[in-house]
Amino acid sequence: MSDPILIIPCSGIGKSFGSISREAAYCVVDELKKTQADTLCLSLLVMGDEDAIRSVKSHRCIAVDGCPNECSKKNLELLTAKLAANYRVVDTLRQNRNLRPSAVTFLDEDGRKLARILAEKIVSKIDELNHRGSVS
Amino acid sequence: MNIPSKIGVVSCSGECCVEGTISRIATRLILEKLRPDNTVTICLPLFSIGEKGERMFARYFPTIAIDGCDKRCAKNAIEKYSGKTACSIVVSDLLEKWGIENPSPRRELSKEGVEAATKVAEEIAAAMDDILTRGR
Repeated sequence: MSDPILIIPCSGIGKSFGSISREAAYCVVDELKKTQADTLCLSLLVMGDEDAIRSVKSHRCIAVDGCPNECSKKNLELLTAKLAANYRVVDTLRQNRNLRPSAVTFLDEDGRKLARILAEKIVSKIDELNHRGSVS
Repeated sequence: MNIPSKIGVVSCSGECCVEGTISRIATRLILEKLRPDNTVTICLPLFSIGEKGERMFARYFPTIAIDGCDKRCAKNAIEKYSGKTACSIVVSDLLEKWGIENPSPRRELSKEGVEAATKVAEEIAAAMDDILTRGR
């Protein structure tokens, strides 16, 4: 993996949105874009881990937040990371009102569907960013 | 003696490794099943973006940090922004103590991973009972 794009999900634990953001990130880095994407613990960034901060400053990052607090995006901005894009689960939910995820600990079927939809958006963005990188 | 009614259980985000997933699932099991009446969970990155409610809660109520690895991001975040933790649990230490190796993929816990998370949750519940009995 030469220049992976880092997918940084929020750490939400109180609602299904945080679980969906993580599942979307894992779907991208462990399945759909294994060789082009990686992830990092947001808490490492929050606590100022030097290696983690160096990574987000030297690689393009995509923030994936569950709720409008946007912890991932805001923390990346605070660190002046290379933030290439950001997504929110709540926005994807608004665009897919037929889905009603409710489980938090172990995602239900609607939660998984929503995570997959979000993961595919992220994959499209990765393709766009990589194409732009190869053209410029 | 100040006997608290609520305890903050703060899990690391731990997206990088299975120990992080176990720490989150164990925290959710506490909230949903083992000690629902006494548990408040807090998203760790909310501390760093200055969420006053999270910081104030952790300042005035006892907290237990659940960390996946010995970097102890959750413990360090609480103590940096709010105050001393009442208890700190490190999942990797517990797994080593119990002789559990490679319990599960990080994305979705296997049966063995859920069993490990359940054992961690029981450790958290015991720590909570101790705090609820003797005060913070």
